[in-house]
Amino acid sequence: MLIRHADRRMQIYGALLLLPAAVLLGTFAYLPTVATLINSFFLPGFRGAPPEFVGLENYAMLVEDATFWKVARNNLIYALGTIPTSIALALGMALFVNARLPGRGFVRMAYFTPTILPMIAAANIWMFFYAPQIGLFNKLLGALGLSGVNWLGDPSMALTSVIVMTVWKEAGFFMIFYLAALQSIPPELEEASDLEGTSRWSFFWRVTFPLLMPTTLFVLINALINAVRVVDHLFILTKGGPNNATNLLLYYVYENAFSFFDRTYAATITVVILLVLAVVATLKFTVLDHRTHYQ
Amino acid sequence: MNARFSLAKDSLAKRSRMGAAAVAGLLAAGSLNAQAQAQTELTMYYPVAVGGALTDVIDGLVAEFENEHPDIAVNAIYAGNYDDTRVRAMSAIEANEAPQLSVLFSIDLFDLLEQDVILAFDEVVETDEEREWLDSFYPGLMENGQIDGQTYGIPFQRSTIVLYWNKDAFEAAGLDPETPPETWQEMAEMAAAVREASGGEQWGVMVPSTGYPYWMFQAFAFQNGHRLMNEEGTEVYFDDPAAIEALEYWVALADEHEAMPDGTIEWGTLRQNFLEESTAMMWHSTGNLTAVRNEASFDFGVAMLPMKEQRGSPTGGGNFYLFKGSSEEEQHAAMTFIRWMTDPERAAAWSIETGYMGVSPAAYETEALRNYVEEFPPAAVARDQLEHATAELATYQGGRVRRALDNAVQAALTGQMSPEEALKQAQAEADAALRRYARSR
Amino acid sequence: MKGRETMNQTAITASSRKLLNLGVPSLETTAAWLLAIVWIFPLLYAIWAAFHPSAFMVRFDLLAPLTLENFANAWAQAPFARYYVNTFLLVTGVVLAQFVVCTLAGFAFARFPIPGKDILFMLVLIQLFVFPEVLIVENYRIASGLGLVDTITGIGLPYVASAFGIFLLRQTFKTIPRELEEAARVEGCGWMAILLKVYVPLAKPTYLAYGLVSISHHWNNFLWPLVVTNSVESRPLTVGLGIFSAPETGVNWATVSAATLLSIAPLLVAFLLFQRQFVQSFLRAGIR
Repeated sequence: MLIRHADRRMQIYGALLLLPAAVLLGTFAYLPTVATLINSFFLPGFRGAPPEFVGLENYAMLVEDATFWKVARNNLIYALGTIPTSIALALGMALFVNARLPGRGFVRMAYFTPTILPMIAAANIWMFFYAPQIGLFNKLLGALGLSGVNWLGDPSMALTSVIVMTVWKEAGFFMIFYLAALQSIPPELEEASDLEGTSRWSFFWRVTFPLLMPTTLFVLINALINAVRVVDHLFILTKGGPNNATNLLLYYVYENAFSFFDRTYAATITVVILLVLAVVATLKFTVLDHRTHYQ
Repeated sequence: MNARFSLAKDSLAKRSRMGAAAVAGLLAAGSLNAQAQAQTELTMYYPVAVGGALTDVIDGLVAEFENEHPDIAVNAIYAGNYDDTRVRAMSAIEANEAPQLSVLFSIDLFDLLEQDVILAFDEVVETDEEREWLDSFYPGLMENGQIDGQTYGIPFQRSTIVLYWNKDAFEAAGLDPETPPETWQEMAEMAAAVREASGGEQWGVMVPSTGYPYWMFQAFAFQNGHRLMNEEGTEVYFDDPAAIEALEYWVALADEHEAMPDGTIEWGTLRQNFLEESTAMMWHSTGNLTAVRNEASFDFGVAMLPMKEQRGSPTGGGNFYLFKGSSEEEQHAAMTFIRWMTDPERAAAWSIETGYMGVSPAAYETEALRNYVEEFPPAAVARDQLEHATAELATYQGGRVRRALDNAVQAALTGQMSPEEALKQAQAEADAALRRYARSR
Repeated sequence: MKGRETMNQTAITASSRKLLNLGVPSLETTAAWLLAIVWIFPLLYAIWAAFHPSAFMVRFDLLAPLTLENFANAWAQAPFARYYVNTFLLVTGVVLAQFVVCTLAGFAFARFPIPGKDILFMLVLIQLFVFPEVLIVENYRIASGLGLVDTITGIGLPYVASAFGIFLLRQTFKTIPRELEEAARVEGCGWMAILLKVYVPLAKPTYLAYGLVSISHHWNNFLWPLVVTNSVESRPLTVGLGIFSAPETGVNWATVSAATLLSIAPLLVAFLLFQRQFVQSFLRAGIR
């Protein structure tokens, strides 16, 4: 009886400890998620009229909305453009910095510094590079006798320009996870392979890379999330233009909600984003957590 | 209302309503409620969309006003470009902190009516003197601010599009430096001549196609004798042959005449381009005039836009609006402020500081502006162009409709679509947006 | 968790082992340096642009006159002082509140027998994916309903119950031996005292790591603050900078560079001074 009683008290105490977090998560994570879903079934009410229930009409509109598909496609390209590149670069950087290297401290700092800049600041700086005619990139091209590129104004180039900037911003962040992983690989492994005369190249592919697999997956998850959630730079660089060539899902949500006063359509697009994130989450909780036992 | 620069120390104690100790750290700041004062406090949001330290100018004007009217305090909040400012004002309203007045895009009228947040000036004016004041502005500038015989917007930072040309560049290209192009044909030829004479170093003309592409396009269309929307704001005519022809000309400036760079041209950096002499001509808001004047290291001129069927430019820029939900006292204080700000002397000073237009004929009759125009004739171009001006593109669902047109312009300029295809698509998108609106109304 | 402990040791053996084969810069070294220069270049360029008259934006001349005028302009054209105060209050507030809330929750998950604990924990972890930015529309409505729009509290509150913080602290608390807890109990400590005297001090490195990550995140956060703030009174640096330098304002580039540097300077300097701690923190906080 006594133990039971103590147990019960423990439970209540524990619940109380959880309470602040539960209330806040409820208010700013679960409640808005549910509300988003509900709102996606309504049309906004104008001139004080209550919103009108329209069932799946917003979704039907979404399916027919060529802009939405374009934006979704952009986001996919953006993810495919940023993720493998920044992961490969991050790994390369980590290998460089992990090796004996003159001025290693500086090199590591150089790689990592973009990570701590706000995306807005990074975009400001890159804006100068990308400006046509007077921007730095085109001045450099001009000096080489090449004609300039309209980096952000040409729809076939704009998304790539945005991707390049993002890679610059993110690679250093991912580098440190690889660096940590590399440093946890016992040096004996490499010494042994040195003795056997294995080439460094094949050592990397046969030993190092597989050992880094959990890190790669971890970085991949993070990169996927970032590809969806970070659109700050668009506010400076392109505002989603030209002709939606660089528009991404979350920015499209922002536009609909705050420029077009269409909150319910914004909610509908948000539902799509939530679905994407659900896939990423599932990926993490099944694949990744089976491989790395952190408990 | 919020005290402007006071720090958080006195508010720490007050804000205990959050309760939970867990959030104590966040309480350090927030909306800092100053003591209620005997004076009427007004909040206004305002945008800046052109270069120069316009926030300083506004702050200076506000300080001067407060000096003259110690019973009114004005909290002027700079909120970014026109879109940002509308978003901010709307969000303040939603949070039940409606500003009493704001400077917003003149073309936001329909959306603001739609959201049921603005008040007609006719409801606030009382005396004949005030009514007279309502009628004192250039009619061309009132077009975007009136509907159903009611006035909702008082012109403030208003502009038209003008042509800036670099006289030195004209001279170098063997053109008469004092003669700007009069027609579309001439502009294309002169621009191509500059391009050729500079050996490809300098572009002939640049018309910005980010930021407000629909605005520039409207100028082309109107010069071609075509108006893009009806007065009720419920229909648009983007795919009219005259509109298509206008866009074809714009595209041809790059494609055919090779006088303008391919792709879109950034609104924000265009002034820099002109100042760096990477283009000999640019179309831009008159609001840039003073900044160009201060920074140009070469001789430049300002002219009305060239014509096809007729001269023409849409007006543009920001109007004062009054918001619902304020007390009568506040409404009158707001009126006092708006009247003060648009008074001829002030309008003249504002115009000189920025290049925006003096909003009333009386402003151009003040000594200050008369002298200024005499010494610097380009300052009168926007005014002279006003008789050829048309209302800026304003419709219900304005955000979507403008975006549809913006996209079409950009798609055509970047060669993704032909002008005809692009405008047809924009028409369809705008129709859809307006239909959807019509239904839920 | 992977072997942080062995990191230093490994680095030492690795470098001593290879000390012998020094030589001309190898291909690898050259590539590493080249990449480093490319990577740091944008920042150096911003510094160049900020300290020179705007005429030298794209003209590199070692003898170009240095100037602080751009900073003076930026400072005069926007209330950066106020933005600093706002960002500082925001970051301090968020981090302190996160520490409190996440400590309590992490402690509960680590040590208390709560029914359905695993499911609850999974629910918490969902927030790792569903963060306030994605839900801007609804969160905005909620903040609006609570009267939090245009307040610093409004910017920070949605981030306080951080799943990430709860997770990290739970992990850390779990590694602390129960014996220490028992010892404290013998001395007559209650749960709160145990938490404060045993768990919290032992989790110091976790707090440091999480704190630094959280500071950088909130210093740099943009979208949600943009949506929820209206005025200078609550606007943090990033939003102020975003509004200030949006291209349509046509602000002079040199001034924008100066403003950009102004906004990043405190964090950048802190990073350069405490580089090791930063990197270690991101690492510790990142590996889950």
